[in-house]
Amino acid sequence: MNYLHLVVTGLTGLLLFLGSLDMPNTGDPQSAPAVHVSPRYIEDSLKETAVPNMVTAVLADYRGFDTLVETAVVFTGAMAVLLILRSHREEQ
Amino acid sequence: MKDVAPSIILKVVCRRLVPFVQIFGLYVIMHGHSSPGGGFQGGVILASSVMLLVLCDGLEPVQRRFSVAMATAATSTGVLLYAGVGVLSLLLGANYLDYGILPGAEPRSLGMLVIEVGVGITVTGALVSIFYDLLGFE
Repeated sequence: MNYLHLVVTGLTGLLLFLGSLDMPNTGDPQSAPAVHVSPRYIEDSLKETAVPNMVTAVLADYRGFDTLVETAVVFTGAMAVLLILRSHREEQ
Repeated sequence: MKDVAPSIILKVVCRRLVPFVQIFGLYVIMHGHSSPGGGFQGGVILASSVMLLVLCDGLEPVQRRFSVAMATAATSTGVLLYAGVGVLSLLLGANYLDYGILPGAEPRSLGMLVIEVGVGITVTGALVSIFYDLLGFE
């Protein structure tokens, strides 16, 4: 049974590794995000949001949904930990 | 947790330190717009100030001010505040989380500030309530 787990884990890792081969190199100026997404943020984020910190503008405004669900993940994780800890305490 | 009696030096230094830590946490949350920082980082700093206070003063006096129920409620309040901003912009006639419709001179900046505060409240509440529950074990 343990060998089956090892094979599944290995195959998943191999699949992820193969998928990463198609990714552009780090800092490649010709990659898709560097060609049209980044210039848009660099040139327009201050005009559009009036926030000088570009990272915050992307995090909280352009990707607001992502950050909302990220906060929900923190909330869900905390609730899971609390439920486990408190259920153990009641058993004692 | 057993009530430990740390030395007077430790107690005084911790108590003098905590306000500065908390002010720094608020600064990191509020200045996420113009300097590195934001809700996640500031919330962790605020939670660490509560932990420092517990380490030097013990659990009882701290929980009189910031109880387990308050910490747990804060965890969900932050998410509610964040989602509430989205619903508010929906009610004002824009898309969900489209802060441009909010009132004020710089509505997008305002919306980001509110959601960063929400994130900070959630992270503080989550870390503090996990810390409290871990200390509850003998």
